Formats: sequence, structure tokens, C-alpha cells
Amino acid sequence: MGNICLAIVLAPLIGAILAGLFGRQIGRAGAHWVTSGAVGLSFFLSLVPFARIVLGDEAPYNANLYTWLSTGGVDFHVGFLVDQLSATMMVVVTFVSWMVHIYTIGYMHDDPGYQRFFSYISLFTFSMLMLVMANNFMQLFFGWEAVGLVSYLLIGFWYTRDSAIYANLKAFLVNRVGDFGFLLGIAAVLMYFGSLDYATVFAAAPKFDNAVITVLPGHEWSLMTMICLLLFVGAMGKSAQVPLHVWLPDSMEGPTPISALIHAATMVTAGIFMVARMSPLFEMSTTALSVVLVIGAITAFFMGLLGLVQNDIKRVIAYSTLSQLGYMTVALGASAYAAAIFHLFTHAFFKALLFLAAGSVIIGMHHEQDMRKMGGLKRYMPKTYWTSLIGSLALIGFPGFAGFFSKDAIIEAVAESHIPGAGIAYAAVLSGVFVTALYSFRLVFMVFHGEERMDHHTREHLHESPAVVTIPLILLAVPSVLAGAWFVGDMLFGTYFGSSIVVHEAHDVLGHLGEHYHGVFGMMTHGLVQPPFWLAMGGVATAWYCYMKRTDIPQRVADAFAMPYRVLLDKYGFDRFNEWFFAGGARAFGAALWRGGDVALIDGLVVNGSARAVGWWAGVIRHIQSGYLYHYAFAMILGLLVLLGVFVHGVLA
Amino acid sequence: MLALADFLVIGAVLFCLSVAGIFINRKNVIVLLMCIELMLLAVNMNFIAFSHFNDDVAGQVFVFFILTVAAAEAAIGLAILVVLFRNRHSINVEDLDMMKG
Repeated sequence: MGNICLAIVLAPLIGAILAGLFGRQIGRAGAHWVTSGAVGLSFFLSLVPFARIVLGDEAPYNANLYTWLSTGGVDFHVGFLVDQLSATMMVVVTFVSWMVHIYTIGYMHDDPGYQRFFSYISLFTFSMLMLVMANNFMQLFFGWEAVGLVSYLLIGFWYTRDSAIYANLKAFLVNRVGDFGFLLGIAAVLMYFGSLDYATVFAAAPKFDNAVITVLPGHEWSLMTMICLLLFVGAMGKSAQVPLHVWLPDSMEGPTPISALIHAATMVTAGIFMVARMSPLFEMSTTALSVVLVIGAITAFFMGLLGLVQNDIKRVIAYSTLSQLGYMTVALGASAYAAAIFHLFTHAFFKALLFLAAGSVIIGMHHEQDMRKMGGLKRYMPKTYWTSLIGSLALIGFPGFAGFFSKDAIIEAVAESHIPGAGIAYAAVLSGVFVTALYSFRLVFMVFHGEERMDHHTREHLHESPAVVTIPLILLAVPSVLAGAWFVGDMLFGTYFGSSIVVHEAHDVLGHLGEHYHGVFGMMTHGLVQPPFWLAMGGVATAWYCYMKRTDIPQRVADAFAMPYRVLLDKYGFDRFNEWFFAGGARAFGAALWRGGDVALIDGLVVNGSARAVGWWAGVIRHIQSGYLYHYAFAMILGLLVLLGVFVHGVLA
Repeated sequence: MLALADFLVIGAVLFCLSVAGIFINRKNVIVLLMCIELMLLAVNMNFIAFSHFNDDVAGQVFVFFILTVAAAEAAIGLAILVVLFRNRHSINVEDLDMMKG
């Protein structure tokens, strides 16, 4: 097993090195063959642990392969923990990544940075695998930072565009904020547990149930709450939860395959994965779970609303991603970790599908992303239309599609939960369903149906994308339909995750739900009479009425509610606030330090000031130096007299 | 019989004259040189007086040394003076302030 794990991780790294450093030698075709081959190999190899550990009943694999550093009684290992949770993630990551590799061959066909792009996405796959397969906090942090780095490189892939540079810097800086909390959390773990190994830490966790930590003098906080909240700050950064979500919509500056791979399907789920992995710690702090729940609920509802007013096709999907990440976070807060991972799992497929379909539309439209200039594309791009319809149905949770099972489970789990904040969260996720359906089908209707609003030239060249683009779409559409029904029983209510996820008895909402679970069809028929289904249908109907039947309504609604509309267009002012407060504040602080500290104190007072003082004193002194011999002689006589005086005084005394 | 104090008073008077010559004179560098010579002679006077009254010839030996040095110094001083005059066409002390800062 160790060798297989090593091969899974290293194959993409080798691919990345070959494509990145020897791109010129192996050429464009060489670059895509070597990287997609390596990632494909990883995918097939990761089916082995999946089959053995998840489908079979082999014990989880946990071993250290290499000791990187040993200091002060703490060992930093490179090791792998492959249990049900990480085996699932490995399959998702490698599969979606592989699809994106193939798709990229078509999408980036004419780009001059072809080899560089393949090198980056393979490097990303390596980093993400290191993250999910880690068996200690250090390696988790390594993968965490590495995916952040690759994300930075890829958002700024078209580095001659100012907006891309702005967006990648923003993503990097916002993630630094989250990482700072994450690092503090890891430091707290190391300080109290004396180890970074998952197994050791989780085993020791119950001993610290009542431990307190004093950060500010006079205030004692629960240690576990503190650690969990700090770790969650990291998850907020990477998984784009309010208020650290601002980087994700801007990250759409990167090429579309990247939006699909990193900013929808895999990297942004790292935070969700991390919290699920840390479930033994989070289960010990109801306070932390409440915070997770409320933050997730806010993200799920309010970010969904933003999707309604966007006109850029990729941005709509980006806000939808934010909203769905909010759903996963809500599930984590409600202790339904399995539901969160299940939603992550299904979402990875249909969100990657939606993004790649959007990319296919963008290719067809000659890199036009404004939905107001599309319409009626169904006729020209049937494969793209049907696959993105499947993706949208999965996203809104239409019964039978993958998203239905995972999203319904989350909503029901929140309804069952009794921790503080659960009431608000339930309201948020329930109304979020309506919003999700509305923006998803707004996109479908605006892009694929209705009148054709593109210009004449574009229409003439409209055609279905090549096979390298549509085949990944079809391959992703299959799990978008089937993955839900296939895994729902095992993953949510069965023993799928085994010991990899720990849930406290008092929080076990899924166990509760499981008592009422009677197979896939039972769940579907039950779903048909539940509010989420009718809300989703209402959303679709509203979208149809507003964007197909009476296309003047959206404008009239916007005019009637001008104030809320402006707030939505302004994205609740987060960007403006950050720019004014943090960026502006930092610049003002820097300017104050520059003027006060550097110019006035150091340059003015210390450097030039001392020089001026010496100059002034010298100016005074130079009057004594008259140049006349008799003045000097006089000074000598005077000096002599003084010396004599002292001498005589000494002798007499 | 003259006492030691008388000789010392002469020496002091000569010394003070030369110091006054250096300070008061503003016109002529040659006077400066002469004042320096006078200063040395005042010192010589003290040496000889002490030598006589202490019955010690070492003081007189010193006087010879000082005379020798004074002669050499006078020669060099006059040489500098000549060069100075050639360059600046003046031996006025008031004009000699090249060392002014």
C-alpha cells in the first residue's frame, strides 16, 4: 500500500516537473500526454485503496514513510493516512483533475503558455493529494500552502492582464489571513498535545475536554474551542466562507479549466475536508460547531443571492460555488460530517461539469462571457446544453440527481440539530434552495434558450466544441446523475466512513435520520412532498417566467427595489470595505510610518539631524580659527598658563 | 652681590617682552622671528642663572644646545620668510591668514 500511495502522489509531480522544466524539449503534445497520463495513472491507482478500504474491509493504512525533521522531541514526518475519508477524496480529486486535463487540451489549444498550464495543474493535483493523504498536521499544512500557491499561479496565469494580477494577489492575501489562523491552531495543537500526528492527537483529545487556555490575562477560554475556531479560520480562508470569501469570485480571472478544478471542485473543498478530518476535535466544542453552522448558513444564503444579479456566466457559477460551500459548512456545523463530504463529493462532479460546460460555451462564443449577449445556444451546442442541464438539475437538487440526495440530507440534518444557531441555519438553507434554483435556471434560460442576442459574426461561427471538450462533459455528467443514488445509503447512514469520522452521541443527527431511511426510492418519494423540492420547483418556475415569458420583469424588479439591488451589485460592500479599511488603512499606516518614522525620525533627526548639529557646531568653532599666528600663540600661552596653574595648585596643595 | 631672583626677573621681563612682541606686532614677520629668538634667550638666562647658583654645568650645556637650535631655526625661518615674500609680496602679519577655517 505504501508504494501505491507514493506512486499516486509522485506521478503528477513528475508530470509537472517534466512539463514545466522540459516543456520546450517535449513540446506541446508531449506536455499534455505526460501530465494527463500521470494523473490518469494516479486515478486508476487510487481506485485500489478505494476498492480495498472503502468497498472491501481492509483496515485503514497509516504509516510514516520518511522523517523530514526531528527536533526537541517532535518529529516531522512525511506519511500517509488512507482511510475511507481520504480514499474518497483521492478518487474525486484525481478523477476531476483527469477530466480537466483532457478538457484543457481543447480549451487551451492556442495558448502560448500551454506547457506551463499543464505543469501547474499537475502540480496542483500533487499538492491536493498531499493534503488529503496527510497523516499529520505538518504535511496537511504543506499541501494547504501548496494548493494556495498553485491557485495563485493559475489565477494570474494570463499575467499580462492587470485584473488577473489584482485577483491573484487578492486571493493570496485573503488566504494568508486564513492561513494565519490555521497556523496558530496547529501551533496550539503542538503546544498542548506535543505531537502533530493525527492518531496521537485524536487519541489524546478527550483528556483536554475541560482544559482552559488564557490568551488575554483574566479571560479563560476552553482549549478545544480555541483550537477548533483557529483551525476553522483556516477553513474559512480556503473554503471561501464569509467574510474571507472575497477572493473566490475574482479568481474567475484564471482560465476556465482552473475555475472548474480548483475554485469549484477540489481546492476550495480543502477546508471542508479538513474540518471533517478534525471531527474528533470539533465534536468536543459545541461553541465551535455553532460558529461553523452560522458562518456556513450566512454564506449559503447571502452568496446565493449575489448569483442572481451577475451577468458574467462564470461569476454566476462562482457565487453558486460559494453558496454550495456554505451548505457543506452548515452540514459540518450540524455534525453531519458525512453529509458534508457527500455533498462535496457530488458537488465536485456537477460543479466541475457546470464550469467546463461554461468553458465550452465561452469557446463557442469566442471568449465572450456576458450572458446578456448569449441566448438560444441549445440549437448550436446540443451536447453542452444537455450536460449543463444535467449539472443544473443536480445543483438545484432535483430528485434522482446527485445533488438531491446530498442537499436534502444537509437540510434534514440541520432540521434535526439542536445546537445554538440551528434555527437560523435551517431557514437560511431552506430559502437557499429557492435562490439556487432561480440563479441556476436563470443561467440556463439566458444562455441556452430564448432569443439569440449575439452579434451576426459570432452566430455564424457558433458550433459544438470538439470531442476533447465534450467527452469530459459527458464523463462528468454520469456521476452527476448516479453518484448520489449510488452512495447515499452507505455514505450517510451506513458504515461507509468507519472510524475516520467521529460524531458525538448527542450530535448524531444523521444517525437519527437513518432510522427513517428506507432506500433510495423511499427518499425520493419522501423528497417530493418536502418543502425543498417545491421551493426548487418554484425557483425554476420563477426563472422561466422572468427570463422566458416576461423578460421585462427583472428590470422592473431591479427598479422597484433599487436599494437592495445596489447592495447586491456591490456584493454587500465587502470589497469596498476591505479596500477602504484594510488596504487603505495599511497604506495610510505605511504612509504615516514613512513620513513620521523614516523621513522625520530616521532621515530628519538621526541622519541629517546629527550631520546638521555637527555642521552648526563647526560653524561656531571655526570663528576661533582665525588663521592669525598671534591668535594661536595666544591660545598656547593661555593653555600653558592653565597647565601651570593646575601644576602649581597641585604642588601647593 | 646679585641674587638668583634678580636673574630670574630679567629672564621673566625678557620673556614677557617677547610675548608682547608676538601679540602686539601686526606688521612685520621679521619682528615675530626676533621675538621668538628673544624668548629663547630669556629661557637661556634662566638656565645659566640656575646653573650658576646650583653649581651644575648641565644647565650651561643645555644653553649650547638651545643656541644651536636657535641658529638653525633662524636660518630656516628666514628662508621661509624669503619664500613667503616672493609668493605673496608681503610680510605683513595681518595678511597671513591662510590657515583661517
